[in-house]
Amino acid sequence: MKHSFLDHYSDLDSLIHKLDPRTKFIATFAFVLAMVLTPPTRWYAFALYFALIACVILLSKVPPLYVLKRSLVIIPFVLLIAIFIPFFKEGETAGSYNVWMWELKVTYSGLIVLWNVIIKAWLSVLSMIMLSSTTKFSDLLKGLGRLGLPTVMVMILSFMYRYIFVLVDEVIRMRRAWDSRNFGGKRMWQLKTIGNMVGTLFLRSYEKGERVYGAMVARGFDGQTRTLTDLRFQAVDLYYALGFAVVLALIGTTILLGWGS
Amino acid sequence: MKKAIEIESLSYSYPDGQQALKDVNLSIGVGESVALIGPNGAGKSTLMLHLNGILRSDGMIRVLGEPLEDKNLKRVRSKVGLVFQDPEDQLFSPTVFDDVAFGPINMGYSEDEVRRRVREALEGVGLEGYEGRSPHHLSVGEKKRVAIATILSISPEILVIDEPTSNLDPRAKWELIELLRGLPVTKIVASHDLEMVKALCERTILLDKGKVIADDSTHRIMSNTPLLVRHGLARPDEVSSLKLEA
Repeated sequence: MKHSFLDHYSDLDSLIHKLDPRTKFIATFAFVLAMVLTPPTRWYAFALYFALIACVILLSKVPPLYVLKRSLVIIPFVLLIAIFIPFFKEGETAGSYNVWMWELKVTYSGLIVLWNVIIKAWLSVLSMIMLSSTTKFSDLLKGLGRLGLPTVMVMILSFMYRYIFVLVDEVIRMRRAWDSRNFGGKRMWQLKTIGNMVGTLFLRSYEKGERVYGAMVARGFDGQTRTLTDLRFQAVDLYYALGFAVVLALIGTTILLGWGS
Repeated sequence: MKKAIEIESLSYSYPDGQQALKDVNLSIGVGESVALIGPNGAGKSTLMLHLNGILRSDGMIRVLGEPLEDKNLKRVRSKVGLVFQDPEDQLFSPTVFDDVAFGPINMGYSEDEVRRRVREALEGVGLEGYEGRSPHHLSVGEKKRVAIATILSISPEILVIDEPTSNLDPRAKWELIELLRGLPVTKIVASHDLEMVKALCERTILLDKGKVIADDSTHRIMSNTPLLVRHGLARPDEVSSLKLEA
């Protein structure tokens, strides 16, 4: 079965796709860091951050609607955590409501915290989506390896990426086999069969792990990981990094000068 | 004739005590193409895993004249290429290139040499240009070919393949047989696909319940129907389609 939910659109051809994964990773990291350090009341700065990421989206040729849709997935989680803050945070009251016998108060400082959490989470997710939809997962792993992530971690991630889809297929097949023989029955009994399925899945993955290790050993694996990297920084990486750094620095200056607050 | 593989009194039991191989004696010459046939659970896969030392037990195994020992394990593994039955086990890297390059990199070849070997191995199985693809998205036939390429890239002198034609449609199967016929190495093929065995191997070893039952020319074993029936490789007499209809 075809899955590409991790790096959909990563095989397009654009300026952003051509960049070295390391450049993109560092740029993304710098972007998130700068944004997180920005005080929430500099509305101006967030507009600029958004403009910056929008430029990257347009340059990358990834459909903006796709990016938008995926980015919205995170919002319910953030809301779930942050929605109560405006009601509990002490401060100047923005409005109060009487719900039956309760008096609910919303404070300005609480609203700012909520805005802070939502906008930062959303912009971070946008930048992460851009990173993952313009970089093949395998390239990203290579880049991380070259940036100093321990090889064991890189290997674990690469096996995860390789076998998560195999397992998903396995689950889908088991689910189908289950559905085609499931004629109802007590809920407890159904839960029990699901438990058995999870156990079977664990055993199968465990045995698969052993066979994969056998296949590695058969090709000379001795516990040490060696890789070839064909990553190279090009002129375009330099331009992109410089451009990105200049824009971030400009936004930083506006914040320091106190514009838009 | 120079010997590729010599096995003397090899026995093996699974960790749970069940005996998988009983006193196996074999000798396979360089350049031979040998089929290892037998019903399910006959011990074919277990025997194959011994050929490059993934499983070890008592008994003597010599590969190209050299006894298999701890200290030459790596060299033996570069001579004996083992292709597993399920390509999903064989292909564990995020891209086809990484998988085909895995062996050569472990053998310590230079970067240029690794790239050359990957290119040649993929050409050898007719999959040029697949370097950047993800193994998960290939068809079963393509996966089998890539699995063979991952072994060709270490240029083994002995190719050991477990069930190469399982799960393949007839066209993919015959294309794979053609591919295997063209490879100029010693081949040991485990299978119960007798059609393929007839097309590919001149010698056949019949294994059942961990023992060597027969070791002869493929033609002679294939024409001995009672033998095949006795060991679960042909249709038993009592199961006749005529009777089923009645």
